[in-house]
Amino acid sequence: MKKLVSAPYLAWMAVFVVVPLLMVAYFAFFEDGHFTLDYVSNVSQYTNIFIRSIWLAAIATAICLIIAYPVAMILSEMDTSYQGTLLMIVMLPMWMNFLLRTYAWMTILGNNGVLNQFFGLFGLGPFKMLNTQGAVVLGMVYNYLPFMLLPIYNVMVKIDKSVLEAAQDLGCNRARVISKVILPLSMPGVMSGITMVFVPAISTFIISRMLGGGGNLLIGDLIEMQFLGNSYNPNLGAAISLVLMVIVLLIMTLMNQFDVDDDKPLI
Amino acid sequence: MKKNIISLKNICVSFDGERVLDNINLDIRDKEFVTFLGPSGCGKTTTLRIIGGFLTPDSGIVEFEGKDIKAVPPHKRNVNTVFQRYALFPHLNVYDNIAFGLKVKKLPENEINRKVREMLELVNLTGFEKRSVNRLSGGQQQRVAIARALVNEPKILLLDEPLGALDLKLRKEMQIELKRIQQSLEITFIYVTHDQEEALTMSDTVVVMNGGSIQQIGSPVDIYNEPKNAFVADFIGESNILDGLMVRDRLVTISGKNFECVDGGFGENKPVDVVIRPEDITIIPQDDEHISGVVKSVTFKGVHYEMLIEAYDHDWLVHSTKSATLNDTVGLSFGPDDIHIMNKMEE
Repeated sequence: MKKLVSAPYLAWMAVFVVVPLLMVAYFAFFEDGHFTLDYVSNVSQYTNIFIRSIWLAAIATAICLIIAYPVAMILSEMDTSYQGTLLMIVMLPMWMNFLLRTYAWMTILGNNGVLNQFFGLFGLGPFKMLNTQGAVVLGMVYNYLPFMLLPIYNVMVKIDKSVLEAAQDLGCNRARVISKVILPLSMPGVMSGITMVFVPAISTFIISRMLGGGGNLLIGDLIEMQFLGNSYNPNLGAAISLVLMVIVLLIMTLMNQFDVDDDKPLI
Repeated sequence: MKKNIISLKNICVSFDGERVLDNINLDIRDKEFVTFLGPSGCGKTTTLRIIGGFLTPDSGIVEFEGKDIKAVPPHKRNVNTVFQRYALFPHLNVYDNIAFGLKVKKLPENEINRKVREMLELVNLTGFEKRSVNRLSGGQQQRVAIARALVNEPKILLLDEPLGALDLKLRKEMQIELKRIQQSLEITFIYVTHDQEEALTMSDTVVVMNGGSIQQIGSPVDIYNEPKNAFVADFIGESNILDGLMVRDRLVTISGKNFECVDGGFGENKPVDVVIRPEDITIIPQDDEHISGVVKSVTFKGVHYEMLIEAYDHDWLVHSTKSATLNDTVGLSFGPDDIHIMNKMEE
C-alpha cells in the first residue's frame, strides 16, 4: 500500500530528476559516444568566474543572514496577531514577477536612475551603481531574503518560551539568552536558510545579467551561454553544471559538519 | 519566630482588563515549605511569576528580605524556578543543563564539576551526565529540572506544578523526595499545585487561593480542620456543605433539627454555611433525634466505603469502614465538634 502511494512520486523523481542528471553527466563526459575528459578539464579555465560566483553568493548569503536573523527574532517574539500581517508584508514583493522586481532596481540604480537624481539635488554624483558587483549582491539579497527569513522564523516561533524564561531564571541577561539558548536552538533554521539562499544565488544568471552588466559574469551566465547563447557548446555547459553541483555539495557538507549535535544531524 | 523572606503587599494584576490578582497580602517565612493551592485560574501561578520576576504587578510591593525587588529582573534575583513542563534546554545534555547557571556565573571549572556531581547525587541521577535530556523519562527530566535550579543555591526555590505530568506512584515518590531535599538543604520552597493532597502532604504552610484572592493561610491541619469558608472546606478534602441557621451561640438548625455546636459569635438567627466532613458522620439506626435518609449508593474505596444518603433537603456524603445496606433508611450521627460553622461567602 505504502509503495503504491509513493509510486507516482518515485516515477516523477525518476523522469524529471534522475534522468536529466544522468543526461548532464553523459554530455559532460561523452562526445559522439566517445568518453572524454576534455570538457571537464576545460572548466578550469573559468576558475575566476567560479570564485567570483562563490564569493558574491557567500556575501549575499551573509548579508541575508545578518538582516533576517534579528527580524525573525523580533517577529517571533511579537504578539501572534501581528505576526501574520508582518510576515505577509515581508512576502509581498515575492508575489511580483522576478524579472519585474529586478528591472525596478535597474531604474533605481542607473546613472539617470532615481537614486542618482536624488543625489543630484545635492550636487552629488552621479555614482556608478548599476553594473557593479555591489548591484549584483543587492539583487541577490533583495530576491532571496525571504528564503532566509522564513526558515529561521519557523524554527524560532517553535522555541518554548519557558526555556527562555529558564535561562533568565538561571542568570542570563537578554544578550546571554540569545547567545546561549536562542542561537543554538535556531541553528537548524539558519542552516536551511543558508542553503536556500546560497544555492540559487550561486547559479543565478538573470540578476548578474541585469544588474551586473557584461563585466560580472557568473557561472549561471556561463552555463546559459553554452546552451542558448552564441558560444553554443552543450558538452561544456554540462561539464560546468556538473562541477558546480559538486562544489555546492561539498560546501553544504562542510556546513553540516560545522555544527552537528551529539546525536542528530541538523538537516 | 523565623523572619520573613518574601512579603507581598497589596499586589494587584490585571490581564486585558480582567482582574487576575486582587489585593494579595502574604508573608512567607524563611526555610518554610509553602504551597499555593487553588483551582486553575485562581492566580497561584501568577503570584509565583511575580516572585520569580517574570511578571511585574500593576500595583503593590514585593519585598525580599525587607527590600523592594519589584524592579529587579529575574536573572538578578536569588530565586530559581522549576518550570511546569520542566523547560530543560533541549540542545544540552544532563550535565550541561545542570551546569548552565554556574557557567553563566563563570565559576571555575572544577567547582562547577563538583557542584553538579553533588546535585546529581542528591536527585539520584549519577551516571546520567552525558545523556541527552530528550531521552529521559518524565520523572528523570523532573529531577534534572530540580537539580538545575538547586545547584545555584537559591534562597528560594519556586516550583510550578512540577509533578503534574507524572503518574500517581511517581508523584508520591517525588513528593517525599522534594520534602527530603527541602529539609536537608534548609531553603524556602514555594510550591504551586491544584492537588489538595499534595499540598497537605508536603507543606508547612498552605495558602488557599480562589478567584485571584487568598481564602485562607494556615498549616495543613488548620486548613483541614478549621476551614474558613465553604470554598476552602470544599476544596480541601470532601465535605458536606449545608445551609444552616445559627439560632444563637452554640446552637444551629440543620435540616429542621437543632444541634449543639462549639462555634459562636455569628449573631442570632443568622443564615450560615455548615460543613461536616464525611468521615465524621456515623451511621446509626433511624430515630427522631437525628437526621435520617435513604442509602442511595455504596462504593468501596479501599480503606472505607463511600455512601450517599438522601435526606429530605440534601444528599449526605458519608465515609465509613462499615457498609450500610442499599435503600435502608438510616440515621446520621455527628458530635458538636464535627459541626463547622462559617459565614456565607459574599458573592
